[in-house]
Amino acid sequence: MRIGVPRESKPGETRAAATPKTVEQITKLGYDVLVESGAGVASSFDDDAFRAAGADVVGEEVWGAEIIFKINAPDEAELARLQAGQTIVSLLAPALSPGLVEALAARGVTALAMDAVPRISRAQSLDVLSSMANIAGYRAVIEAANEFGSLFTGQVTAAGKVPPAKVLVVGAGVAGLAAIGTANSLGAIVRAFDARSEVGEQVESMGAEFLRIDVEDTGPSATGYATETTEDFNAKAAAMYAEQAKDVDIIVTTALIPGRPAPRLITEEMVASMKNGSVVVDMAASNGGNVAGSVADEKVVTDNGVTILGYTDLPGRLPTQASQLYGTNLVNLLKLVTPEKDGQFVLDLDDAVQRGMTVVKEGEVLWPPPPVQVSAAPAAAPAAPVEPKPVKVKDPNRKFWIVGAGAAAFLAIAPFLPEAFLPQVTVFALAIVIGYYVIGNVHHALHTPLMSETNAISGVIVVGALLQLGTGNALITVLAFIAVLIASINVFGGFLVTYRMLNMFRKA
Amino acid sequence: MELTTPTLVTAAYLVTALLFILAFAGLSKHETAKHGNYFGIAGITVAITSTIGLAINRDGWDVLVFIVAAMLVGAAIGIWRARSVEMTGMPELIALLHSFVGAAAVLVAYNSFFEAEEFPEVKALYESLGTEGIHNGEVFLGVFIGAVTLTGSIVAFLKLSAKMKSAPLVLPARHWLNLAAVVVSLGLMAWFVVDPNLVPLAIMTAIALAFGWHLVASIGGGDMPVVISMLNSYSGWAAAATGFLLSNNLLIVAGALVGSSGAYLSYIMCIGMNRSFISVIAGGFGTDGQIAGEAKDYGEHREITAEEVANLLSEASSVIITPGYGMAVAQAQYPVAELTRRLRENGAEVRFGIHPVAGRLPGHMNVLLAEAKVPYDVVLEMDEINDDFPDTDVVLVIGANDTVNPAAIDEPGSPIEGMPVLHVWESKDVIVFKRSMATGYAGVQNPLFFKDNTQMLFGDAKERVDDIVAALPSKVSA
Repeated sequence: MRIGVPRESKPGETRAAATPKTVEQITKLGYDVLVESGAGVASSFDDDAFRAAGADVVGEEVWGAEIIFKINAPDEAELARLQAGQTIVSLLAPALSPGLVEALAARGVTALAMDAVPRISRAQSLDVLSSMANIAGYRAVIEAANEFGSLFTGQVTAAGKVPPAKVLVVGAGVAGLAAIGTANSLGAIVRAFDARSEVGEQVESMGAEFLRIDVEDTGPSATGYATETTEDFNAKAAAMYAEQAKDVDIIVTTALIPGRPAPRLITEEMVASMKNGSVVVDMAASNGGNVAGSVADEKVVTDNGVTILGYTDLPGRLPTQASQLYGTNLVNLLKLVTPEKDGQFVLDLDDAVQRGMTVVKEGEVLWPPPPVQVSAAPAAAPAAPVEPKPVKVKDPNRKFWIVGAGAAAFLAIAPFLPEAFLPQVTVFALAIVIGYYVIGNVHHALHTPLMSETNAISGVIVVGALLQLGTGNALITVLAFIAVLIASINVFGGFLVTYRMLNMFRKA
Repeated sequence: MELTTPTLVTAAYLVTALLFILAFAGLSKHETAKHGNYFGIAGITVAITSTIGLAINRDGWDVLVFIVAAMLVGAAIGIWRARSVEMTGMPELIALLHSFVGAAAVLVAYNSFFEAEEFPEVKALYESLGTEGIHNGEVFLGVFIGAVTLTGSIVAFLKLSAKMKSAPLVLPARHWLNLAAVVVSLGLMAWFVVDPNLVPLAIMTAIALAFGWHLVASIGGGDMPVVISMLNSYSGWAAAATGFLLSNNLLIVAGALVGSSGAYLSYIMCIGMNRSFISVIAGGFGTDGQIAGEAKDYGEHREITAEEVANLLSEASSVIITPGYGMAVAQAQYPVAELTRRLRENGAEVRFGIHPVAGRLPGHMNVLLAEAKVPYDVVLEMDEINDDFPDTDVVLVIGANDTVNPAAIDEPGSPIEGMPVLHVWESKDVIVFKRSMATGYAGVQNPLFFKDNTQMLFGDAKERVDDIVAALPSKVSA
């Protein structure tokens, strides 16, 4: 089958649905690729590069391919070009655009929404929302740094001390985490907040401080996305935002709830309380915005000198990388629907991933899909709540107490021991300590040879038995004879088997 | 001459003790391990020759006949066993060797007691030193530890060689039985120290033999790595106790080295299972009624054929193999090594991830893989490899179950909760080699088998790996 990659018609779109690299991968799956001339210009891939990768660079004929790969949802003109039986794969936002879904169904096509991939681990490799959110989060911080009049990192210079910038990231999804990582690596002090307290650990792993508020959290959500929050929660969160707004230099908001307008988190008063020169990046501007006063696709400067960025094309500002990631997501989709690698696009609606993405199948509207549970072991488990085991807090001084108690006990007994006994105890104690440290270094792969070596070495008990052989007493001699015999088995057997094993270990 | 020989021997013992320390130090790394073994051999040679010299010097040349006879027979048996043992049978051999140390310790301690009884001058010597009571105590302890090691190791040997059921023996009030054995032995010890005679010694020997037997019989087969290292430790303490009663510093040093070595290994094994030493020693896994038995529905598992696995492997660029006891049982190490070699030739990165308690002996898997000529630098331990699973294309789980069970991490209340496990499920594809869907040693269902990226390959591990190897070439050249 042929796959067509038209030039994006949406003004300002810089990405392409394929790159030379993904074309190669698609070809390997048995497809022919048609790329409209100039499709990759804005993302730094010229027609020759596509040709070299094995694509046919064509004009309008690209729309004749059986499968169309796009970034943006088709507009009126493009819809008119679709023919019944064709398959189109792009961002569709089916929940927000019922009209588009109807129109696609009317054309009799099959439409897959790259932005409706269920959030299960198997589907992550084709999840465009996460791949785009990742680079958008990165870019959001870069845009903020561009507008911000100071350094992100703190420095002590001959010309005076530079304080580090303070960044607040609201929403610790993929975009939020990427923003945290970027701001952190630029040297800023990063704080982050999310309604799902279980992401706190991820936030901290990226190097930010996770802000907590004192309410019942919303708990793990069944879809993996954030859900709407309670009144009490909102009130406490708002108080926290208000306090942070006065302190931080940069705010990046990423709070999106799928299929609903973005929650308004940062109010006008909060923006007004920010320092002159502060920057707010509202990554939810396209869905109404998290920040009062943000305008989609625009930069707004408030009366008190706070810059609010409402760019909705953040991934598109890194067109080369964005195209590559989007293209790879598409390749991964193809791998899923082309199990035989024969260039045949076979949609399996029993598969939760494919079912979730399929908005229209041959003119029949299949949106919305049945819900998919994210975790394999459903959240029904709390039916029998298991008492968390109490974590034993070990006293860091424990060691000292044990050593001290041991030494005291020994000193208390020692005066009652015969003098001839003490040197033996000395030797014994020192040998244990040496043994512990020497054995602690032994490589785990050598534990079996170590054990056979200790077998052989404990055979040294033979020296005790040897001296009992010549006492002249028959019983003692017989017992000593047996002891020498079996201890010798250990000595010879132990060393030989160790030798055998060690000879087997070899390096590549 | 009479003065210099004991001095010389004492010096020789010091040399031996140092050589033993060098032997263990050498074993810490692959590169120096063989040297370590040579140091050990040199040490024991010095010790034995000097002791034989001392014996001849003291008892005359006649004693040499006994020495040569006993050592020749012992050496012949030892060499025969060491040469013929299969690497899969290594745990059994090591258990047996432990029991010999225990037996020798019992015999030497009895002899020491008889010596003191038979020869008044020996008794007089202890009295003059004021250590008579101490010596009696040492004899008693030497016999006790030796006897426990002896029968404990024999049971371990029987369980490992499947001559005895590996399920834990659960006697009613078994903890009380153990406690009673220890308390009664302590009472007998007091009696023996005050009035050394054969009666308390013999009663205690019988109790200690039964105690050692029961101690290991009540521990299940899967805890064998801990049991073996524990018995290793005991055999060391038995040797050290013998050293005390003979006032022989070499035995004390050697025994202490071995004893702490075994204790350290037991500790590592216990960490590997996230269990306390006491709970392992006190008996079977979950026998205190903590098995979370309710069958949870994890959904369906998926099966795969050997050909499909070969297909998957020929396209994988990174593969990790996590073997378990099942690989040893099926003797699959040779085909696995062959598979590894083929995949590596094919340009794939193949590594092994070894859980600390995989197999029945610490380091057991490493020895098996080494036997099959898998290079040791691709055989990594759990901590070294656990972070690499997300970047891995295919993981082959061969005969392992509990050590790759995600329930240890995400199911609070599971009997294996908190046990460190290999995170195999984070890789792209997991192939589990298994005979059937039965649960592993811990009796816990493994949610890994029902994960989206897991596929099951049923049957004998050796045959299945052979099938995969057979299916490889055509796919590779295609």
